[in-house]
Amino acid sequence: MSWLLRKDLLILRRSRLTVALLVVYPIAIALLIGLALSRGPAKPRVAIVNETTPGARVQVGGRSIDVSEYASQLFDQVEAVPSATRAQAIAKIQSGDVLAAVVIPHDIAARLSSDISQAHLEVLYNGDALEQSLVQSSLNSALAQANLGFSEQIQQAAAQAIGLLLRGGNLGVLGAPPNLIGLSQIPPLLRGVIARQPPGPDRAALQRTLAFATFAAQNLTLSKTVLSTISQPIAVHSTLLHGRRTPLNTFAVVVAVSVSLMFVCVLLAAGGVALEREERALARLLRGLISREALLAEKALLAAACALLLAFAMLAGIGAFVSLDWSRVPLWLAALAFGALAFGALGVAIGVLAREVRAASLLAFLLSLPLAFLALVPSGSVAGGLYDAISAVSFVFPFKASLQALDAAVNQASPGLSISVAHLLGLTVLFGALARVGLRRVE
Amino acid sequence: MRYGERTALAGVSFDAAAGELVAVVGSNGAGKTTLLSILAGIQPPTAGSVNRAPSEVGWVPQQPALYSKLSVAENLELFARLEHVPDPRAAVERMLEQTGLRERAAEQIGRLSGGNRQRVNVAIGLLSRPPVLALDEPSTALDPGQRERLWSFIRGLAAEGTSVVFSTHYLGEVQRYASRALVLADGRLLFDGSPEAFLVAAGEQPARDSIADFEDAFVSFLRRRAYQ
Repeated sequence: MSWLLRKDLLILRRSRLTVALLVVYPIAIALLIGLALSRGPAKPRVAIVNETTPGARVQVGGRSIDVSEYASQLFDQVEAVPSATRAQAIAKIQSGDVLAAVVIPHDIAARLSSDISQAHLEVLYNGDALEQSLVQSSLNSALAQANLGFSEQIQQAAAQAIGLLLRGGNLGVLGAPPNLIGLSQIPPLLRGVIARQPPGPDRAALQRTLAFATFAAQNLTLSKTVLSTISQPIAVHSTLLHGRRTPLNTFAVVVAVSVSLMFVCVLLAAGGVALEREERALARLLRGLISREALLAEKALLAAACALLLAFAMLAGIGAFVSLDWSRVPLWLAALAFGALAFGALGVAIGVLAREVRAASLLAFLLSLPLAFLALVPSGSVAGGLYDAISAVSFVFPFKASLQALDAAVNQASPGLSISVAHLLGLTVLFGALARVGLRRVE
Repeated sequence: MRYGERTALAGVSFDAAAGELVAVVGSNGAGKTTLLSILAGIQPPTAGSVNRAPSEVGWVPQQPALYSKLSVAENLELFARLEHVPDPRAAVERMLEQTGLRERAAEQIGRLSGGNRQRVNVAIGLLSRPPVLALDEPSTALDPGQRERLWSFIRGLAAEGTSVVFSTHYLGEVQRYASRALVLADGRLLFDGSPEAFLVAAGEQPARDSIADFEDAFVSFLRRRAYQ
């Protein structure tokens, strides 16, 4: 077997394109993923047309809020490109200089202060469907955040006004009398007056007024709490029941490395077996020079070793950009090794079906890609029955188990590494046996 | 020999003496390749046996079974080592000498002509100095000059005592080089004897220089037995 291995290494060394791909691929992918994860997403360029008068303010109760605060909150979410007029903004959209424009109308402050009409913003979009969808999503999120911030300020102003009504004093509103009595001060005052009144219709009327004032003061106190609830009606508290929360960026690393491990390993193993057929050497080898089992094992091990090196290099490269726990390197290697073995077995099983390297590569690619996608479908995103079918398919191919093993090794995610490794070993045996059956007859 | 319901070979039995050149002829699908594959140990027979172990039979497949990215010498050394030849490097040197490929030893197989590839293909079959050599249509795709050189080489091996069994569609090669011919049709052995005896059996006068006569005799021999 060692001479066959030497031969394959020699052929691999002389296949310059394949070697170049094996070297360049992990470097390129590691750099791309590392840069993508270490830098935040770019802000969309958006033209902002602020038609409001400088210093325009919204009056809520006795408090005055600067409308420009709203605009500045919005500017934080996008790369703002100031535009003097709506027409200029449209021209910038049409020229592709900006992806969208937000027009803040001149009457926004008046409408917000009116209490009877809703303020409006105008948003203009550009770009194709995908681009438009991304910009729309970013802008909606930015607008929602700005709205939330603004409504919190209005809610604080309203709460302050309610406090003044309850406590009394100067409201600060034009036309309001100074040193007003507070609603909460009325019941004790009325009780004193009622105590001095003789029984009769006047006393009864005062007692009815006392009942109303007491009720109103109690409910106005409650309304302050209600206002804060309205500004954020649902607060979310999440609890993780099992496993360890995997940060999205390290999970993305695990997915990228697993996909690379799969492609390199399956393509090399399938191509290695198919090359023996393509060169018509298989029959010559199998007439007693090497056993079928040894031939398959050699191809699977060579592919697994190459893929393991490549995947580890890729993981280490990405580690320069993303924070990874380097003390867990032995576990990474174990997860990668068992994943590579299972992919190697799958590769040789594919290789025995093909008569030439190109057919084997195409078959390996066409089979691997959808399996990787299926393994990444989250539960709840498709109908229950379909998800069960997807889970069953993912279970009998190595990608999901390999992904889980590496996720456990890198992120301590569940299920644990030992369960995934046992799963991968089972799949290695299964695909190894299938490959052996496929190699039973050689023409 | 059966492939599922189909019988590829039935009741075929022959022996080959040392130095004998045995030609296996027949139409496409007659069972020539199956017979040689069984002889070389590529596939086990469903019934019957071969008295030589696969390691005692050098096998030369119809199309060169070589690694195109390896050189001539690397291909020879790889198979010499896989066959556990006692002194692989000496065996490589010997085959380079015998095949006249010493000058091309470092050249990759993918850059050689069809004729030179076939010479390496034959050389691999001879690495372990087997007493029997099985060649499946060895001269297919070779030009007349290359064929001539190949047969000169094979006759030299037979002269040294190697039993050579070869299949061919070139009946002229049977008439010129074979000491014995086996005629197969639909997996059955119809004739086993010398080329001269075959001409007599086919109702023709022996005339070793007339290839056209031998081909006519072969066609009429099969036609009389209701084979095309």
